Amino acid sequence: MKQAEIVIIGGGPAGLCAALSAAKSGSNVLIIDKNKNLGGQLIKQTHMFFGSEKQYASKRGIDIPEILIDELFKYKENVEIKTEATAVGMYEDGIITVLEKEDNYYKIEPKAVIVATGAYEKFLSFPNNDLPGIYGAGAVQTLMNVYGVKPGNKVLMVGAGNIGLIVSYQLMQAGVEVKAILDAAPKIGGYLVHASKIRRMGVPILTSHTVKEAIGNEFLEKVVISEVDEKFNRIKGTEMIFDVDVMCISVGLTPLNELLALRGCEMKYIPQLSGIVPVRNENYETTVENVFVAGDATGVEEASAAMVEGFLAGLCAAAKIGYKPDDFIDRKNDYIKQLNNLRSGPAGKHILAGIEQIGR
Amino acid sequence: MFEKTGIPSAEMIMKKFPPIERINKGAVAVIECYKEIPCNPCETACKFDAINVGEDINSIPKAKFENCTGCAICLSKCPGLAIMIVDGSKSKDTVEVKIPYEFLPLPKEGQFVKGLNREGSYITDVKVLKVLAPKSFDRTPVITIEVDRRFLYEIRNIKVEV
Ligand SMILES: Cc1cc2nc3c(=O)[nH]c(=O)nc-3n(C[C@H](O)[C@H](O)[C@H](O)COP(=O)(O)OP(=O)(O)OC[C@H]3O[C@@H](n4cnc5c(N)ncnc54)[C@H](O)[C@@H]3O)c2cc1C
Ligand code: SF4
Ligand code: SF4
Repeated sequence: MKQAEIVIIGGGPAGLCAALSAAKSGSNVLIIDKNKNLGGQLIKQTHMFFGSEKQYASKRGIDIPEILIDELFKYKENVEIKTEATAVGMYEDGIITVLEKEDNYYKIEPKAVIVATGAYEKFLSFPNNDLPGIYGAGAVQTLMNVYGVKPGNKVLMVGAGNIGLIVSYQLMQAGVEVKAILDAAPKIGGYLVHASKIRRMGVPILTSHTVKEAIGNEFLEKVVISEVDEKFNRIKGTEMIFDVDVMCISVGLTPLNELLALRGCEMKYIPQLSGIVPVRNENYETTVENVFVAGDATGVEEASAAMVEGFLAGLCAAAKIGYKPDDFIDRKNDYIKQLNNLRSGPAGKHILAGIEQIGR
Repeated sequence: MFEKTGIPSAEMIMKKFPPIERINKGAVAVIECYKEIPCNPCETACKFDAINVGEDINSIPKAKFENCTGCAICLSKCPGLAIMIVDGSKSKDTVEVKIPYEFLPLPKEGQFVKGLNREGSYITDVKVLKVLAPKSFDRTPVITIEVDRRFLYEIRNIKVEV
C-alpha cells in the first residue's frame, strides 16, 4: 500500500493547478494521469486562449502545461508525478487502485483526493456512423496536433460550438479543406469571434442543419445533410450531399466522473453542466469527506475556469488535512472572485444556473 | 443573421470603425469584438490605454481612438483575431491595413495576393507591404497590405495562392 497526503487524479489544467495550490500550502501531492504527457486537453490546443492574464489568456493552450509544470518544480520535494497510470477504482474505505503501465497494479491510501478527470465526447446517431473517416473532434485534434497526422483531405464538421469552430480552423491550418460546419441549433453556439475567423476563410456555417446519413463502402465517401425545423425535425426536400472523406463530430462533452459515483458521492443530472455531476460545497468538496473535485469533471466549462477550480480545490483540500496557510482567506476569496468574473457574462449564465443546483 | 452565419452586417462593422478623419490621420485599431465573452488580453496588451474592457471581463472592449498609436501589439494578442489596423494617411487612393494571418505559406513582401471580405469572397488584389512574425507575436504573424480605398470597410482577409 502506497501512502500519500493528497492524490490528484488527472493532470489536466484543473489537476495541475490543484497540485500547485496544495503543494504551495505545504502538502505532499501525488498526481496520477493515464496519459504519457501531463496537460489533459491542453496538449492539443494550438490556439490562443480566452480569459484574463491570471488564467494565461492569450497564451496558446499547448504552452500552458509547461508554465504550470515549471511552477510545480518549485515545490518539487512535495510533488510526485505518475504518468501512464490510470485510477481504476475508488472505494468506500478511501483506497484508490491504480494501474500503471501494463502490469503495475497497486493501492494508495491518501488523506484526501481531488478528482480532475475532465470530460469525454458525446456522439451522434445516424445511419453508418461507424464508417472509418467519422471521428470525434478530439480524435482529429489528437491526430493533427499531437501526432502530426492529417486525418483526411475534405472534412465536414458537425457542431458549431467552440470546439467545432476551433478544430475547423486548425484543420485549415493543417492544409485540410473544410467544406462546411453544420449545427442543428438555430444559432452558432461558440464565440462569434471564432465563427467570424472561419467564415472569412470562406467556410459556410449552416445552422439548423443535421446529418441524415453517411455513405461509403469501406470508408466515408459522402454525407447527406438536411435542414431541421424549430423542433429539430428534418425538413423533407432540403437534403444536400457533401463529398468528404472525413466527418468530424463535435456535439459537446460530458463530465467524466464515474470514480466519484463509485466512491459513493451523491451525483445529480444537471443539463446546464452537460451531464451527471457530483454535489459539492463551495470548497469543491463532494458529499464524501475529503473527496474533492475540480475542472470539467464538475461540469463542462473552460480551461480558464478549470484552472481556478483546481487552485481552489487544492487550497481547500490541503487546509482540510492540516495545511492551512496564513493567507487562506485571501487566496480563497481571490479564486471565488475570478470564477464569478469568468461566469458573469451571457456565456456563463447557464453554468451559474447549473451550479445553483449542486451546492450543498 | 450574424449569430447564424458569423458575418457581421455593414452597420455593425461601421459602428466599430473610427471616423474617416481619424483613419486619414494615421494608423488606428478596429476592434471587431461584437459579443460579450470572458476575455480581456486586448486591454492588458495595450500600453496606451486605448482599449477598455474594465472590471467585468465579459464586457465588450471599447476603443479610445484618440489614444491609439496603431502599434498593433493588441492585434497579435487577441485570441479571437478580431482586431485589425487601418491607416489612411499614406495615400489618397489606398489604405494600409494590418491583419493577423496564421496560415502557411506566408505571403512575401511585394507579392500580390487575393483580398477577401468577411465572407471569405474575393474582392480585389492587394499588395503585401510587410510580413512581421517576431517571437513576441507568438506565432500570429501580422501582414500589412495596401488596399484600394474603396474596399476599406470590406477587406478583412487574404488568400495566398500556392
Ligand atoms: C478543441 C477545444 C478547444 C478548447 N478551447 C479552449 C479555450 O480556448 N479556452 C479555454 O479556456 N478552454 C478551452 N477548451 C476547454 C478546455 O480544454 C477544458 O475545459 C479543460 O481542459 C478541462 O480541464 P480538466 O483539467 O478539467 O480536464 P482535462 O484537460 O480533460 O484533463 C483530464 C485529465 O485526466 C486524465 N484522466 C482521466 N481519467 C483518468 C483516470 N481514471 N486516471 C488517471 N488519469 C485520468 C486525462 O488523461 C487528462 O489528462 C477547449 C477544449 C477543446 C476540446
Ligand atoms: S494598436 Fe496599439 S495603441 Fe492601438 S489599441 Fe492596439 S495596442 Fe493599443
Ligand atoms: S482580446 Fe480580442 S476577443 Fe478578447 S475581448 Fe479583446 S478583442 Fe475581444
